[in-house]
Amino acid sequence: MAGLMSRASVVVKAKMSKLIDRAEDPNLTLDYSYEQQLQLLQNVKRGIADVVTSKKRVQLQSDNLEKSLVKLETQARDALGAGREDLARAALERKSAIQQQLQGLDQQVAQLEGQQEKLVSSERQLSAKIEAFRSQKEVIKAQYSAAEAQVRIGEAATGIGEQMADTGLAIQRARDKTEAMQARASAVDELIETGTLEDFTSDGTTQLDRELAQVSSQSQVDTELEKMKTELGSGAPQKEIGQ
Amino acid sequence: MIVRLMGEGQYRIDDGLRDRLEQLDGQALAALERDDEVELDGHLDSMWKLVTSEGQAMPPEDLHPSDVIIPPSDLTLEETRELFSEDGLIPDIPV
Repeated sequence: MAGLMSRASVVVKAKMSKLIDRAEDPNLTLDYSYEQQLQLLQNVKRGIADVVTSKKRVQLQSDNLEKSLVKLETQARDALGAGREDLARAALERKSAIQQQLQGLDQQVAQLEGQQEKLVSSERQLSAKIEAFRSQKEVIKAQYSAAEAQVRIGEAATGIGEQMADTGLAIQRARDKTEAMQARASAVDELIETGTLEDFTSDGTTQLDRELAQVSSQSQVDTELEKMKTELGSGAPQKEIGQ
Repeated sequence: MIVRLMGEGQYRIDDGLRDRLEQLDGQALAALERDDEVELDGHLDSMWKLVTSEGQAMPPEDLHPSDVIIPPSDLTLEETRELFSEDGLIPDIPV
């Protein structure tokens, strides 16, 4: 049985022969193939733009979650300061859940970056081959009889067709990854919306949120009061306030 | 001979490398048939390394077709199998 290398080659050549067989007239074949190449180049450019958009979305989500980590940490500290260990624990539990999500998001960003690099490299190679094909196409049209042209076209088209198959696969794989990540990003958004990963300071809707917000604001009031007293030079420690 | 590393580009290698490459290829195929993804990936990685370290990268504007094509190692077993079917992983041209 043929090995992996030759099997992959056979599949790609089969895709190519479909393209070459499509037109009887060599000049039409050349022009048609060139149109397909340009179309594919557009597709790969669009693919790159899509990956960049996805990456930005995941990064934005990640930034927002990072911010809520800081808030939750402060809230947990305030709650503990106010003797509410139960609230502090709840805040830290949410913090831990968010940290887990964040790790996943970081991996996604790295994967999207990998896809982006592959697509950019693929675009560069395809673009160079299209340019070479374009000049060769004009030479073939101008210099060869129909029979000779057929052979030359076969060679040029197989060379570029291989790149087209390769680029096509790169676009396909990037698309699959991007879709999977968008699905996951939506899932995280949903977790935030349902409150599973909600940060306590955002319009607290649950009892827990209200309690934490209250502790936070109480703590802030205490801090400000302390500050004002110090400024007024009363000097005496006012520990009893808010306790 | 000309080798394409799928998703990477084309390399020209000495015919002397062909035997080593084919040996690895045979081992890769056996691993695929045994459903051993770890070993398959290992052999594919070795093939890639051999080509990139001992071959010469071809300029992107070269229109020569490749003699053989080596799949990447970051596919799943299922995807690698699909790669070899005509209606499989590689989209039709035009995409």
